Amino acid sequence: MEKLRDLFNETWHFYKRTLILVAKGSTLYYAWCFSLIAIMVTGFLFYLKQHEAGLIATNMNDQVSWGLYIANFTYLVGAAAAAVLLVIPSYVYHFKPIKEIVVLGELFAASAIVMAILFVIVDLGRIDRVWHMIPFIGSMNFPQSLLAWDVLALNGYLFLNLLIPIYLLVKFYYRKEPNWKFILPFILLSIPMAVAIHTVTAFLYNGLPARPFWNASILAPRFLASAFCSGPAIIIIIFQIIRKVSTSHIEDEALFKISELIAYAMFLNLFLLSAELFKEFYSQTVHIASFRYVFQGLHGHNQLVPWIWAAMTMNVLAFIIFLIPTTRKWLSTLNLGCIFVIIGVWIEKGPGFVIPGFVPDPLGEIFEYIPNLLELIVSFGIWATGLLIFTLLMKVAIPIETGKFTHTEYEKEVMALRPR
Amino acid sequence: METMQNKHYTRREFIRNLSLTTLAGLSLPLLSSCTKEEAEDFLQKHFHEMTEEEKKQVIEKLEQRYFQKYGRKFQISTKEAVPDTLWAYGLELSRCIGCRRCVYACVKENNSSRHHPQLHWIRVLRLKRGNLINLENSEHYYDPDLVPEKGFIYLPVQCQQCQNPPCVKVCPVHATWQEPDGIVVVDYNWCIGCRYCIAACPYKGRVFNWAEPNIPKEEVNPSVHYLGNRPRMKCAVDKCTFCIQRVRSGRYPACVEACPTGTRKFGNLLDPNSEIRYIIDRKRVFRLKEDFGTEPKFYYFFEA
Repeated sequence: MEKLRDLFNETWHFYKRTLILVAKGSTLYYAWCFSLIAIMVTGFLFYLKQHEAGLIATNMNDQVSWGLYIANFTYLVGAAAAAVLLVIPSYVYHFKPIKEIVVLGELFAASAIVMAILFVIVDLGRIDRVWHMIPFIGSMNFPQSLLAWDVLALNGYLFLNLLIPIYLLVKFYYRKEPNWKFILPFILLSIPMAVAIHTVTAFLYNGLPARPFWNASILAPRFLASAFCSGPAIIIIIFQIIRKVSTSHIEDEALFKISELIAYAMFLNLFLLSAELFKEFYSQTVHIASFRYVFQGLHGHNQLVPWIWAAMTMNVLAFIIFLIPTTRKWLSTLNLGCIFVIIGVWIEKGPGFVIPGFVPDPLGEIFEYIPNLLELIVSFGIWATGLLIFTLLMKVAIPIETGKFTHTEYEKEVMALRPR
Repeated sequence: METMQNKHYTRREFIRNLSLTTLAGLSLPLLSSCTKEEAEDFLQKHFHEMTEEEKKQVIEKLEQRYFQKYGRKFQISTKEAVPDTLWAYGLELSRCIGCRRCVYACVKENNSSRHHPQLHWIRVLRLKRGNLINLENSEHYYDPDLVPEKGFIYLPVQCQQCQNPPCVKVCPVHATWQEPDGIVVVDYNWCIGCRYCIAACPYKGRVFNWAEPNIPKEEVNPSVHYLGNRPRMKCAVDKCTFCIQRVRSGRYPACVEACPTGTRKFGNLLDPNSEIRYIIDRKRVFRLKEDFGTEPKFYYFFEA
């Protein structure tokens, strides 16, 4: 009984200290958090407007029935899947520089999944009926509907990417060796799960013969390849910021290793895309319409053309930067490459992938969709939410990782309070 | 010691109050933007899970609601499929003049939203002569003074009531299914509005209520089916049901009746003496996008 109470006290103490740690910070930290909260609140207010009016408040319609929200969703699932690129070298190959930061990568994946889920939620017309999708409570169409698969895969991956880092961090906090027999199976499971979430998301589009643009078997590999570009690129930038604003030691060696992986992934991505482009443009069947819309413009509709070519240019430039060891290992070119990848892949597999699937629509109608202000602001709100979640997680995770926030300090505190 | 505890207490309280206030603050505006109807229907079960008693209660609730809204007494049927029926449609392309009378008869019969947006279950495509399959060259919004126009043919498209419907397969919540008489229906109260079915349909057979549907009181059709033409709600999908409210009581769909040229035919595939079987046996029929394997029960034909 005594022991149980002690355990409870200790746990409570940990959470309390965590909350205090999160609530206290530098002016810069406050400014950052409050500006994120301001964006979140604005996004939420605009979402309320959408909720009241219906999805008519967006620019989507029966022709282009998914837009910016689903584009962001697709991109973020990819970004989240990329944590696997840190998990494999650190836990399977024990590459030390990455092992030190893998927990941060997993928390990044968790934040990305939260954003992805939020993007689906705001895209749903009837948020009041979300419970219809919950297994056993509602009536989930599993295994027929790929959307049902996606709900399970995303939530499973979110669970893993919260369980693993939180378990490890708590162990670090208490300065105890993690019970690898317990956690390693979860870590190993997270590798196929990362591949699974993105494959399932690709299949979601892939399984629709009504949309020839998506109905290509190369889609899932393409998704994985582009995910392994964008996710790590975001991680490289974030790690450098963390290194600047905290005392965390993230070695350059880790960043260079990640960027090398981006080079391979980007090669695959470009190769798979060119394979698809060859097939469509050489065979010139009726299926080419969407490709033509996005790459050349169709019947005078060419709104997306500059975007996709900007994306292509950025992807190729980034590939060259990451391929050459000198530019890869020089931080300014490395960062430039990362920004190219982040934006390039966002265009390519976000709006550049979702919108052309609907243009022309199955009856040949061409409607040029462009998101409106409300969709943009709601999207910014969700990105801000993800960033805030990630910031708060980092605020706790980094001091634990660097050994600044540990149980020993608690002991000292207790000792000091004890009457002599 | 004393002061320390006090400080902790107030801090804890502060955090608790802050989080509760935030939670309430966040959910209140969301809740307050829900209508009374949405709140009432929140826990309504899937149509298949409801007992007869529960169905009756839902119907009563809806009849009251519609009476208040439209000032008319509604007859809401839940009539089940007639045994040994499989409904199919015939459309004689050589007769269609593109007048769109079917489109507007459908809107009226089926209580579809009239404006912002006006929802059509039937789309008539205008194609230059010499085209038929490549719909990229079709014009959806032709608006001449007189139809038919020289040099064009017209191709009406609506839900093809596929025997192998891709829209049903993709729905994540079983909100849409095929009835025993072959009609694909939607439980408007179960649809979550994800629009995956719209993406999956090769015929654009589904439309979405992007806003609260609006029907002028004097134009409302009070004779409705629960799975068919009852007035729908915001952000749920809907579609052609071959006028389920009519065909299950032995009437033709509204579009068949409205067509001035006799282009549209309708009947029971399982009845060897039906009109549709006569057409399939004696005319040259084809189905749209047959290569998708969706097995549409919508036969286009030409004079043999």
